[in-house]
Amino acid sequence: MKQNNNEIILEVKNLKKHFNVGNGVVKAVDGVNFSIKRGETLGLVGESGCGKSTTGRTIIRLYEPTEGEVIFKGRDVTKLKGRELKKFNREMQMIFQDPYASLNPRMTVADIIGEGIDIHNLLSGKERLERIYSLLDTVGLNREHANRFPHEFSGGQRQRIGIARALALDPDFIIADEPISALDVSIQAQVVNLLQDLQKEKGLTYLFIAHDLSMVKHISDRIGVMYLGHLVELTESIELYENPLHPYTEALLSAIPIPDPEIERTRQRIILEGDVPSPMNPPSGCPFRTRCPKAMDICAEKRPEFKEAQPGHFVACHLY
Amino acid sequence: MTDKILEVKDLEVSFLTYAGEVKAIRGVTFDVKKGEAVAIVGESGSGKSVTSQSIMQLIPSPPGVYKNGEIIFDGQDLLNLNNSEMEKVRGSSIGMIFQDPMTSLNPTMTVGKQIAEGLIKHQGLNKSEAMERAVEMLRLVGIPNPEARVKQYPHEFSGGMRQRAMIAIALSCNPKLLIADEPTTALDVTIQAQIIDLMKDLQNKFGTSIIIITHDLGVVADLAQRVVVMYAGKIIEQGSLDDIFYNPQHPYTWGLLRSVPRLDSKGQRLESIEGTPPDLLDPPKGCPFYPRCDYAMEVCVNHFPEETKITDDHKVHCWLQHPDAPKVDVPIKIGGANNEAK
Ligand SMILES: Nc1ncnc2c1ncn2[C@@H]1O[C@H](COP(=O)(O)OP(=O)(O)OP(=O)(O)O)[C@@H](O)[C@H]1O
Ligand SMILES: Nc1ncnc2c1ncn2[C@@H]1O[C@H](COP(=O)(O)OP(=O)(O)OP(=O)(O)O)[C@@H](O)[C@H]1O
Ligand SMILES: [Mg+2]
Ligand SMILES: [Mg+2]
Repeated sequence: MKQNNNEIILEVKNLKKHFNVGNGVVKAVDGVNFSIKRGETLGLVGESGCGKSTTGRTIIRLYEPTEGEVIFKGRDVTKLKGRELKKFNREMQMIFQDPYASLNPRMTVADIIGEGIDIHNLLSGKERLERIYSLLDTVGLNREHANRFPHEFSGGQRQRIGIARALALDPDFIIADEPISALDVSIQAQVVNLLQDLQKEKGLTYLFIAHDLSMVKHISDRIGVMYLGHLVELTESIELYENPLHPYTEALLSAIPIPDPEIERTRQRIILEGDVPSPMNPPSGCPFRTRCPKAMDICAEKRPEFKEAQPGHFVACHLY
Repeated sequence: MTDKILEVKDLEVSFLTYAGEVKAIRGVTFDVKKGEAVAIVGESGSGKSVTSQSIMQLIPSPPGVYKNGEIIFDGQDLLNLNNSEMEKVRGSSIGMIFQDPMTSLNPTMTVGKQIAEGLIKHQGLNKSEAMERAVEMLRLVGIPNPEARVKQYPHEFSGGMRQRAMIAIALSCNPKLLIADEPTTALDVTIQAQIIDLMKDLQNKFGTSIIIITHDLGVVADLAQRVVVMYAGKIIEQGSLDDIFYNPQHPYTWGLLRSVPRLDSKGQRLESIEGTPPDLLDPPKGCPFYPRCDYAMEVCVNHFPEETKITDDHKVHCWLQHPDAPKVDVPIKIGGANNEAK
């Protein structure tokens, strides 16, 4: 299903994003490295607050990075200006988690979808309208929907509007930040199928952020697991499920309930103790050591390096 | 005389709004046996929360009205109780956990006091006994260092800890029935696993009956013994866990089961149910699912199907069960763990 080329479209190097808050610094993203090939889907998973959205938002320049580089098609995104920046703003788009909050309630569907076209002065009049109609077709909505307002639509339909808006400028890279979390199970499948069809048709590259691991596995070629601002494991999605190396990944996978009673009756769970530590006051050494069933002395002293433990399989853990 | 802790019979609940009457619950009948965990699943807006709020009589009125039905809990019809009698039931016999712990915990009161309150009021404990028991309860739900934690306020707890504090309050009076409305939806999977583990423990140790409302079929498979499937204010199918997962009869249940990715579904398309659920201001006369149903027949449009008993415990409302209906192939894989390699 994927194209056979190995062009790296995005490379993230030692990316950090720290927020200054009243009484300290939140190290939301603290040195993350990965790359994505053209046409690939990279899934990003991890617990609430681990820095997934911040990673996505820093890549697309909604935030200025504290440190590090984001190389998109060979250019460092963090240094782009003027025309180059405008071009980048068309090539990379984002779909947001909340289909209720992310659409302006006072704009018609046509104006929401056409906003980017208008900002970049690409089309006008009849051509603009034709383009909007064809985008509505693409995401499975009708032309009649163009003049309605977001509140007249269901969650799944709104998420389609968000996708049409993201597609309006013919991007090649889309960051989907929990695009289905707010939707009903039966509607989630509609949206995931649509994203996959569009990828096939247009050769899109996705960074797919989610906490529903079974859906991430379904859609991703490779998956990165984040914990407290760090990428702790990264590999092909089937490999990750069959051969998780990091103790956090193991626990995460064992915690997903599987919709099959026979499997559930015999499954052994790894129940982690305690909660995720605060990113304002992270543990020394390995960020996971306070909850890790396999923690050793060295884990408190030294942060494990993120390295290729097996071909194509990266992990940050002193066990390897 | 009965092994049932709860019987809901022909329940009808509406909301009288400016736009008209929202018929949220349109004749719901199910029961919960002692010590059993029953899951209620179904589309958003299908009436799961309203059903559970009706049992607790927490429906805001106005606009809510109970139009019909009985809710027999431990031999008495809760709909006939007055306010103070009902408050006693809520404080001592039925515990409830809500989706969002922050809206149901009191932000101005320490967690310990909130647990102790009910114990003093309904169990006649004195203040220090009640505080001691509050510490015990927090320990039971897995909160580390409970002696210090009882003195803290809800905002000093993380999301998972708040949910556990809610459970501690709900359980402090040893309820016979625990109603949990999406108790883990806002939580991470590792914390969710802790909470589900805790609920299973309670069921095993104290024989607590549980109603769990969730949209996560994985949670259902893990925790429940019986499943109630709701659609547009009606129960369209109910049965044992295995009935629903391995021998489902209603096309909506098929759709629900098919739209979650399975371990072996990678690379395949997910099956989705096209369309959206009906508007409850003006629900369809017949089967509410027919506009989205691949098997809809003429009869479905105007007539809601009677209940068919597949077994004593497994019931479905669908015209496909009629002897004259065409035979259809169930479009999902039936059977258990056969597609899990390990
Ligand atoms: N604008 C901001 N100012 C201060 N802190 C922030 C800001 N945005 C995020 N954070 C903090 O950074 C950390 C990472 O947040 P982020 O939203 O990236 O997490 P996430 O992995 O997307 O979580 P979720 O699954 O809940 O969406 C959190 O501790 C969060 O509170
Ligand atoms: N206070 C209210 N006033 C008017 N209508 C209401 C009120 N509360 C609920 N409803 C309506 O009753 C119906 C059932 O709602 P309910 O909250 O039970 O759904 P649910 O199955 O719990 O959905 P979800 O999965 O989204 O929580 C919906 O159509 C809802 O809009
Ligand atoms: Mg996020
Ligand atoms: Mg609800």
